[in-house]
Amino acid sequence: MNRLAKQLLPFSSLLFIISLWTFLEPENFLSFQNMMNVLRRSSINGIIAAGMTFVIISSGIDLSIGSMLAMCGMAGAASMLAANGAEWAAICSGEYFALSASSMLIGTAAGIAAGALCGWLNGVIITRLKLAPFIVTLGSMSIFRGISYLANDGKPFAVSAYSYLDVGTIGNIPVAVVLLAAVLLFFGYLLKYTPFGRYTYAIGANSNTAFHAGINVRNVLTWIYTLTGALTGLAAMIGTARASSAQPSAGLSLELDVIAGVIIGGTSPSGGRGSMTGTLIGVLLINFLRNGLTLLDISTNVQLVVIGLIIIVAVTADQLAARSAEKALVR
Amino acid sequence: MANFATFLLQMEHISKNFRSIRALDDVTFAVRSGSVHALCGENGAGKSTLMKVLAGVHTPDGGKIRIDGEEKIFRTPADALRAGVAMLYQELELSDNLSVFENVFLGSEILASKLSRKVDFAAEREIVGKMINENHFRLAPDALVSELSPGQCQIVELLKALRRHARIIVMDEPTASLSESESAELFRIIRNLRDSGTGVIYISHHLQEVKEIADDISVLRDGKIVCSQAADKISIDEIVRHMVGREVGDFYPARTGSIANGGFEVENLSAPNGVKNVSFQVRRGEIVGMAGLVGAGRSETADAIFGIVPKTSGILKFDGKTLDVQSPRAAIRQGIGYLTEDRKRSGLCLMLPSSWNITLPSFRKLKMRFRLALKKERDTARQIGEKLNLKWASPDDAVETLSGGNQQKVLLGRWLLADSKFLIVDEPARGIDVGAKKEIYLLLDDLAKRGKAILFISSELPELFGVCDRILVMREGSIVGDFPTQDVTPEKIIRLAATGKIDQQENK
Repeated sequence: MNRLAKQLLPFSSLLFIISLWTFLEPENFLSFQNMMNVLRRSSINGIIAAGMTFVIISSGIDLSIGSMLAMCGMAGAASMLAANGAEWAAICSGEYFALSASSMLIGTAAGIAAGALCGWLNGVIITRLKLAPFIVTLGSMSIFRGISYLANDGKPFAVSAYSYLDVGTIGNIPVAVVLLAAVLLFFGYLLKYTPFGRYTYAIGANSNTAFHAGINVRNVLTWIYTLTGALTGLAAMIGTARASSAQPSAGLSLELDVIAGVIIGGTSPSGGRGSMTGTLIGVLLINFLRNGLTLLDISTNVQLVVIGLIIIVAVTADQLAARSAEKALVR
Repeated sequence: MANFATFLLQMEHISKNFRSIRALDDVTFAVRSGSVHALCGENGAGKSTLMKVLAGVHTPDGGKIRIDGEEKIFRTPADALRAGVAMLYQELELSDNLSVFENVFLGSEILASKLSRKVDFAAEREIVGKMINENHFRLAPDALVSELSPGQCQIVELLKALRRHARIIVMDEPTASLSESESAELFRIIRNLRDSGTGVIYISHHLQEVKEIADDISVLRDGKIVCSQAADKISIDEIVRHMVGREVGDFYPARTGSIANGGFEVENLSAPNGVKNVSFQVRRGEIVGMAGLVGAGRSETADAIFGIVPKTSGILKFDGKTLDVQSPRAAIRQGIGYLTEDRKRSGLCLMLPSSWNITLPSFRKLKMRFRLALKKERDTARQIGEKLNLKWASPDDAVETLSGGNQQKVLLGRWLLADSKFLIVDEPARGIDVGAKKEIYLLLDDLAKRGKAILFISSELPELFGVCDRILVMREGSIVGDFPTQDVTPEKIIRLAATGKIDQQENK
């Protein structure tokens, strides 16, 4: 009952925003084209948020995903070019290459693998050295960003021919949207219907009791960060396709956007509570809000302020709900 | 002493509902000034709710609160504090890294000057020092709270209450974490408070203590006051009868089950947490008790067996087969279950549903390694709940909403479901009510009858003597005695645990 009420607030806010925009901008907003556009724009945030939901439910945080995204993009693009037979000097120079399908596939896989590796490193350092996720990922955030800039001396890797993940469609639906849906469904399933998901909740609620109940806390946590990394790698490749290049400055402050989506969706910042449906709603809420504000010609600067306010309102609502639940139940 | 006609506190016809549950039903409860009024009742009987109404945490649905005959309405805890009601909770709320006097004045500091907002530490220290002297407490005002014993922390809480001129002080299980001498000291303090006109409400499961300290005793059951009398007019047996609402009968199960060969064995177990060369055996169908003083290494032994801490040496066997236990996970897979002493820190995920807490280690057993069947999970939890007579609104509710006894049953249910062949239970009946205690003993007995080997760690000798077939005694990390229960007396075990010496001729 309490859980339902918590879902209800973000969900009704989403409905409210959609109806508001429909009312204010009936022609532009409700078009199929615009809807797909919003979803496509949501795909990067949404895909990473699926992993971040696990991270936050396990009572952790991953601040490194923004710079990890840049680094994975660089790694993916460079591998793509290398797989196509380009010399290092040519890769760096930004010459135009017609990329073969197989090299694009290899590059995409490399980007995802780079993400998984970064996430795994985060996870290993957190669990083996028993450090706070906040500290570890704050550090790796800086490291990944530094490496991204070092890779080509601050310049991007150009992959103009790589665009399928952005412009490609399956039926009428953009590939990025299909990927987003697939990731959310799969990770939603993982969270709700598998022991892995259950262990995530248990660790977030109390990692010591989880350990005593026979959960391999280190392994589960390492997996959570690794998967989040892999998802970041996938999102990085979508971003690379969108920009036709891998930018070392990509994903600046992306972590805040992703975390905001997860928290607005009702996942408790202190762990143990949350859902994938909530995350979907949270991510959509932010993106629909942006889209509508843009359609109304309201500047991105104002958008930042509005989204910030919504985060605070969402967390306040969460706290109030938790407090009233406590009051109603403690005997 | 006090005038018997004057009631310091009167709570009249208080009722309180939580959703559909009637937590308090027309409760009338009064405390004379200068008296100790004990409030007894099983967990979930409504004691805490009643006290939270008094403290302004819960607003009652009906009824009146009067202090000195004057009607008061408490909307917030601050209202109650202002009216002179102070609560000393089971879990103390002190700042560890501040000194005693800083804690006493926390939130209402004395300022040296209004302008600079500088705290007048000297004045604070002096006032607290004076309060300590007046009350003959043994405590230094400068001591850091982190360096205090649990008993001394309680005195700090008391000082906070006294400084606010509290006239009604509620103590919830104040002796739970105190040693015997600290308890005696606390009782002296309570008597002093009483003699100076304070009304003390004393909540405890220790009926012996209640008889000793209380002037009046009230018993709550199912949200109703079922008995309210002068303490010298009621016996412990009667209190218990009122609490459970029926004759308790034989408190301990008759251990008649047959003990089979085979079972759990540990040889020369040592671990860095102080366990030294421990060897013992628990056969199938046997309940073996483990006695010892606090710090004798009993829980540490269990931790080492269960793989929570690494072992430096030692072999574990079940039915002669060697077990390889490097982690709790491995222990559970090989049929060991461990109900830990601290259910909040190492037992339950409090915020998660009861059903989740029950099934957590058993997905393999339930054939849910890859996919959780949520309906089957809920049904399984419900069955376990019925078997254990668990009182919950729904297995989907967070386990923190249950009473202590029911929380403990959730943990027992976990190991019941895991179907552990060897079960270690560490203080399974501590801090829970009489009725639930009895149910837990019966359940352990039943498990043993079904061929499980059980190691029962407890600090309460009557419990060990009531339930166990054999009793091991630990001292300083080693086992110093192993007796069939009928061949030993509590005195002997106490002597052995405290001094390490026994009369050899009586042992064999």
